[in-house]
Amino acid sequence: MSVMDAWLGAETGLLKGVSVSRKQAVNFSSSSCLDRAQEVRALSWAGPGETELLVGSADGLVRTFSAEKGTFTSSRRCGEPHEGCFSGLHALGSALVTCTEKGAVRVWKEHSDVPVTEVRAGEHVHRMRQSPVAPHRVATGGKETPVKIWDLENPDKPMFTAKNLRDTWLDLRQPHWVRDMAFIPGTDRLVSCTGYHQVHVYDPSSPQRRPVLEAVFGEYPLTALSLPVDGHTVAVANTQGQMALLDLRKGLVCGVLKGASGSVRALQCHMTLPLIASCGLDRHLRIHSLQDRKLQHKVYLKSRLNCLLFSSNDPNAEAKPVKVKEEEEEEDEVWDKMESVHEDRGAHEEDCVHEDRGAHEEDCVHEDRGAHEEDCVHEDRGAHEEDCVHEDDCVHEDRGMHKEEKVQYTKGKNKRKTDSKTGQKKTKKQKN
Amino acid sequence: MDFTEVPVSDQGKGKKKKNKKTKKQKVSEEGEARGDDIDTKDGVKMERTEPVTVFPPTFSVSEIKNKQRRHLMFMKLKQDKRKQKIMLKKKKKKEREALGDKAPPKEVPKTIENQRVYDETTVDPDDEEVKFDEETDEFAAYFNRLTNPKVLITTSDRPRGRTVRFCEQLATVIPNAHVYYRRGLALKRIIPQCIARDFTYLMVINEDRKMPNGLVLCHLPDGPTAHFKVSSVRLRKEIKRRGKDPTAHPEVILNNFSTRLGHSIGRLFAALFPQDPHFVGRQVATFHNQRDFIFFRFHRYIFKNEKKVGIRELGPRFTLKLRSLQKGTFDSKFGEYEWVLKRHEMDSCRRKFQL
Repeated sequence: MSVMDAWLGAETGLLKGVSVSRKQAVNFSSSSCLDRAQEVRALSWAGPGETELLVGSADGLVRTFSAEKGTFTSSRRCGEPHEGCFSGLHALGSALVTCTEKGAVRVWKEHSDVPVTEVRAGEHVHRMRQSPVAPHRVATGGKETPVKIWDLENPDKPMFTAKNLRDTWLDLRQPHWVRDMAFIPGTDRLVSCTGYHQVHVYDPSSPQRRPVLEAVFGEYPLTALSLPVDGHTVAVANTQGQMALLDLRKGLVCGVLKGASGSVRALQCHMTLPLIASCGLDRHLRIHSLQDRKLQHKVYLKSRLNCLLFSSNDPNAEAKPVKVKEEEEEEDEVWDKMESVHEDRGAHEEDCVHEDRGAHEEDCVHEDRGAHEEDCVHEDRGAHEEDCVHEDDCVHEDRGMHKEEKVQYTKGKNKRKTDSKTGQKKTKKQKN
Repeated sequence: MDFTEVPVSDQGKGKKKKNKKTKKQKVSEEGEARGDDIDTKDGVKMERTEPVTVFPPTFSVSEIKNKQRRHLMFMKLKQDKRKQKIMLKKKKKKEREALGDKAPPKEVPKTIENQRVYDETTVDPDDEEVKFDEETDEFAAYFNRLTNPKVLITTSDRPRGRTVRFCEQLATVIPNAHVYYRRGLALKRIIPQCIARDFTYLMVINEDRKMPNGLVLCHLPDGPTAHFKVSSVRLRKEIKRRGKDPTAHPEVILNNFSTRLGHSIGRLFAALFPQDPHFVGRQVATFHNQRDFIFFRFHRYIFKNEKKVGIRELGPRFTLKLRSLQKGTFDSKFGEYEWVLKRHEMDSCRRKFQL
């Protein structure tokens, strides 16, 4: 299960694990029948190693899911559903920090139903995020609630409260709607995106409580934000499915990521590689590469997706074929046989065998090749070869198709251009 | 006469496109081409040949200067081609009959519909997750027979005659529909009042230059809002051989809504009409989706015998194209969109459709 590249929470209450390299998506549910009340609202890792997930659902329960075992292990009640859905969920050592939409940030110790600390963070909190450097620091923000940084060990007053922008030139108060924020690693600063298509950078260490940098993108509310590894860009997405990379030094748009057709609800950049994953109301998971801003993977998952967690696996790496031990032993025998017969041209023989399908008696080796083919033959949409299928659904990959089509059409266009050019050249010469 | 002495540039004067290709040919071919008149040869297209090889004397219809004669020659050329095509067809048909059973199957011409790219979001009828999603979505109340549809039809501000008549005719087609004059009210304020009065749909027909051109269909309690582009509106008096006005609850036909988005839109249309159609009235409303355009027709049918049906078109006729589907009630600025039409998406692949 640690093979999964991304974990997604859906509106129907399902937790989906997607393995892009194997082109599989698996649904996990805590009960046998689906229930809308279990709509997943927040997802987070339960600890530093990526073995357990915390799943916060709309009915106020926080469930722990074990990635190794593939089941939900425990659940806790962290608030009533009438208080609003979870807008933030993080692990604080062995304790939990949750935040509801009505603005109550609570710290729950293990095995207790009563929160240890409770902080009132405003009337409406859209998002709460934890600082990766200092886990007891959280930032909150919402509609008409400015960005506040809280230290959970001293919960009386926020460490930093942002001030609203200056009044407009007509002396009107600027409306304020924080939708997502992130701590910039390495420094003390905080980036936030608003429902009025602005991106603000705040610096608590400076005396200025107003944003240090303001950038604007698009005309629609920005719903999600994520920081790539390089540190000076930020990726934002809005309700129309437009995703962009903004440069934080100047506040200009570096580039746009194309593909999403619906509102993007969650964005996350990979920890080490230049990849970004997005999911939203159009029921697809998309993985783009940050260097050339091209779509690398697109997976259709049948429900609207609410939240997303990227694991530190490399989705582009070839998947190690999962095998039962007996098969491995048989395989070894076969390989041994081959090596002993052809010692000099061992490498060549292996290559020939790879291309030669169905020849010889190697049943088990056929399975092995099957896995390799899955990875290599990305273009083949019909690749239903699954090693050990114990899930309900299997998802078709679309990436190859896109590439093929693009190639076809560009070729056609080029042909027509050259023809017309030569035609023109001919006539010009005659006139002379 | 010494034809080879004549310089090439002489011939190059009046001739148009084919010159570059035919230059080399012309030089050696002068004798035949010069004294050539219209009625000698048939128009045979020029061949690109190297100067060394021998080629048949070629002559193109476009080189005749006289327009009438050129026209005649062209007509002859066309007729010859047509004859050859017919002969070829007859030959093929004979061969097919001769082979009888062993004949290869008839080739089906490629159309954009049958070359359609397989959409991965096509709904599989057995899929549990999608079933659950649909059973618990915003239309669940309608499909579980908990609510009856009640539609409010209005227009953009200050509608002109055509739009007003269109609204009235729509109100006769959709049972339990009420037309209200807009009077410059904001939609966001109308919506809570509609919900309080138990309306289930709000339909706003947008008008531009005295023609209806847009439709916003908002499902009321908290439902999705779809924005369509309306084109090709034909009111009742413009429909030829139409029947009398509709009277009963119609049956609904939804054709070709295969993808997940198509399903949502199909359910949106289905929830406009009451669940119990009056089969006695023999009226049917059809929403036919083809290439992402939705065609609306309203007919009255009568079965003459088991195999023959007679239909008469009643009611208005229009085509719709989905522009955006927004989750939640009408809020174009701050709402979350499930799907938005991107303008040049069809340019990259003409065979990929969304509905």
